[in-house]
Amino acid sequence: MKSVYKVGCSIENLRGIRDFIRNALKPYGVRELDISEMVLAMDEMCSNLMIHAHHCNPDDLFELSVRVDKNLGVVFEIIDDKSVFDINAFEEPALDHIVHEKRKGGLGIRLVKAIMDHVEYEHQKGKTVCRLTKKVQFN
Amino acid sequence: MVQIKRIQEDGLDIIVPIGEVDASSSIELDLVIAKSVGEGYTKILVDCTALEYISSAGLGVFMSYIEEFKDKHIRMVLFGMNERVANTFEILGLNELLTIAGDKAQAKQLVA
Repeated sequence: MKSVYKVGCSIENLRGIRDFIRNALKPYGVRELDISEMVLAMDEMCSNLMIHAHHCNPDDLFELSVRVDKNLGVVFEIIDDKSVFDINAFEEPALDHIVHEKRKGGLGIRLVKAIMDHVEYEHQKGKTVCRLTKKVQFN
Repeated sequence: MVQIKRIQEDGLDIIVPIGEVDASSSIELDLVIAKSVGEGYTKILVDCTALEYISSAGLGVFMSYIEEFKDKHIRMVLFGMNERVANTFEILGLNELLTIAGDKAQAKQLVA
């Protein structure tokens, strides 16, 4: 079963994204802490996309889907018509550098990489699909 | 969406974020901390008991003050985090860079 959510690129919509993911995963007996980590990772991915690729234009839409596969785990897809920044190619700044520079950014991608097991990108018919997976236990 | 209260108690400024701090609301947390510093408080507690969620935007606000607080001899202690919020700080090891207490009494001791 796949749950799909179309969302405009306003950061005010991040709360709706978090609720969508929590509700989509609730029926599968996924541990509360695993759900909260995946919610956090996807919040980071979606806010990055909204801010950096779409400049928070609420009229720009992208699609977020969640699928639970007993073998693969939880699979998220972000489908967007903009070219999406590949986080695998990004080297996160060291924490002490962030502190020294008094930077407020630079932590989101680090969180995504720490939480999700795999992040891959695919191009399909002019769209970019970003697929993130995490193995979890099902109760 | 977050609401932020401030309570002054025994010379301490206690900042109380209520709700969720994300990319759309972290600016409010930043402004409240900046106000506390601007008013001259050198002992700041952040009561996280009603903080339901924090993303990297909120974590970044706390991180951005570490150097300034060191320079100005300002102490800040966060306390009362639920398991999910505490886990968010721990994933990146920020619990090693910030001072985090279990409850208010412990936080007051750490800031004294």
